[in-house]
Amino acid sequence: MLFLMAIAAGVLFAVGIFMILRRSMVKVLVGILLLGYAANLLLFNAAPLMRGVPPLIDPVMGVPADYADPVPQALILTAIVISFGVTAFAVVLIRRVYAVTGTGDLDNMHCTDIPCESEEILSDLEDEIK
Amino acid sequence: MIIYPILIPLLFAIIIVFFWENQRVKRALSIISTGLLMVVNINIFLLVYREGIQVVQVGDWPAPFGISLVVDLFSAIMLLTTSIVAFLLAIYSVSGIDLARRKYGYFPLFQFLLMGVNGSLVTGDLFNLYVWFEVMLMSSFVLIALGGERTQIEGAVKYVILNLLASTLFLSAIGLTYNLAGTLNMADLALRLQAVQSSGQVTVIAVLFLVAFGIKSAIFPLFFWLPASYHTPPVTVTALFSALLTKVGMYTLIRFFTLLFPFESEYTHTIILISAGFTMLTGVLGAASQTDIRRLLSFHIISQIGYIFMGLGLFTEYAIAASIYFLVHIILAKTALFLSAGMVESIQGSFDLKKLGGLYKNRVGLSMLFLLPALSVAGLPPFSGFFAKLGLIIAGLESKQYFIIGLALVVSLMTLFSMTKVWNEAYWKPPKDPKYLDQHNQVSVWRWVPVIIIVVLSVLLGLLANPIFEVCQMAAAQLMDPTQYIRAVLGAVR
Repeated sequence: MLFLMAIAAGVLFAVGIFMILRRSMVKVLVGILLLGYAANLLLFNAAPLMRGVPPLIDPVMGVPADYADPVPQALILTAIVISFGVTAFAVVLIRRVYAVTGTGDLDNMHCTDIPCESEEILSDLEDEIK
Repeated sequence: MIIYPILIPLLFAIIIVFFWENQRVKRALSIISTGLLMVVNINIFLLVYREGIQVVQVGDWPAPFGISLVVDLFSAIMLLTTSIVAFLLAIYSVSGIDLARRKYGYFPLFQFLLMGVNGSLVTGDLFNLYVWFEVMLMSSFVLIALGGERTQIEGAVKYVILNLLASTLFLSAIGLTYNLAGTLNMADLALRLQAVQSSGQVTVIAVLFLVAFGIKSAIFPLFFWLPASYHTPPVTVTALFSALLTKVGMYTLIRFFTLLFPFESEYTHTIILISAGFTMLTGVLGAASQTDIRRLLSFHIISQIGYIFMGLGLFTEYAIAASIYFLVHIILAKTALFLSAGMVESIQGSFDLKKLGGLYKNRVGLSMLFLLPALSVAGLPPFSGFFAKLGLIIAGLESKQYFIIGLALVVSLMTLFSMTKVWNEAYWKPPKDPKYLDQHNQVSVWRWVPVIIIVVLSVLLGLLANPIFEVCQMAAAQLMDPTQYIRAVLGAVR
């Protein structure tokens, strides 16, 4: 089981990184989501996977021979909530980017490096000449 | 006591939200909150200075099971510095942030950002640190995109994607750590990791953390998001980010590599030194080609991060002390530079060095507010930058790392070149448009006061270098001897 989980987490990481390298913003978002799942799955396997053993210890009975560690589940729960919030923000941001720039292609987003105002001025000039 | 740095911003953020429409109340509350935070942090600093490491077990759960909040001298120094800067930035925001941004939640976000920063500085739990980092990141995501100009939105995309990637790596590293050691309390972890020190797994985790925080603190070769995004929001926000975000990343790296992974020094510290060298060099070379003041200063952030990182790479007590001093120095000096650039923009309406000019002729005071921190960053005596670099170079000489010292000196010279370029272009050369010379735009007093205070503090840091450096050495001694930290958190049981 652990082996299967490890393979699954690895595949998710690989696909996530592949998607994050795509040019389309929506695909990058999918990549980030998949990476989040991959990290959660990794956390899930942080404690040995046990079946049919108690997660809580009765103080009277003492520590049983086998017990499941509940901490990773608690961590995943927190991580899922955080990634939910982050995803919500990222979706709104992408929508906003499309509204402002009119493109979903990351290659066209170079205004941070080459000032876009000069381009606009140039295109305005070209229009005037025409 | 040490929980207040988290509670105060939270409380005020919530109160501020209730006054959404009333701009005056919002900014007054913002200043009160950061002022209160500063007073509390001064007290915490004095307490830690006198009585040693302070620990609070949240919810009274005993140490390795609950979440511990720990403030040692290093955290206290960082808390104090960041809250002073936050207070001054809150004052500067009165005129430094336009009405649209103030209306749409700038002030509550500012408080939430501070909460995240303070939380990361005081927490002693690995997963809790992740949560605080996310609080900090979410606020910074919104702050960077707030306003919705095209460059801002595009910068935000790059910033968000790379920082989310870093968070994922951080989370994965936490998972692997838990798998290996079965605990997330940093003090407990330090003990457990010692037991498995021969294992290559520890090195893997250490490098994973190095990459995750390396992205957040913008070291070579992971810094590319910084120059693409930091110059896009208003200059107040840029100053806030440069003072807090990358520096908290650096704080965490120093904390991790002194407390959790001090045994892997051979392998990781070579990587750190090489990366530090390239960080310094690429940052300053990138700055050389820039003509926008904000972009130029953004590249200098990277270059200066390299120096702090170099102290960690040398890994002697003196070097760590110099790194801590450098952190304080750069937080003050860099904020002063960004804010005075903001004042320049409010007079001449541009950040572009080609368009600016002639500021020295009729605005000598304003010019000094740029010149003093600029000389400090370049490392001229008697300013703080000189002593910070001197400390690093002495530490380097002691560990016989001559190559990195040479590089540090060359980079320092190039920083001076870069700062003189700004000085010549913006302050000395006659402006392109002669109408600028006769302009007498008044700069708001809300901008003058904080910038003057921060420049004075920066100069004082240099003049009082000796006593302050001694405090940094005490902090470094605490860091290099993790048993103090472990004993304070876990108690005398072990």
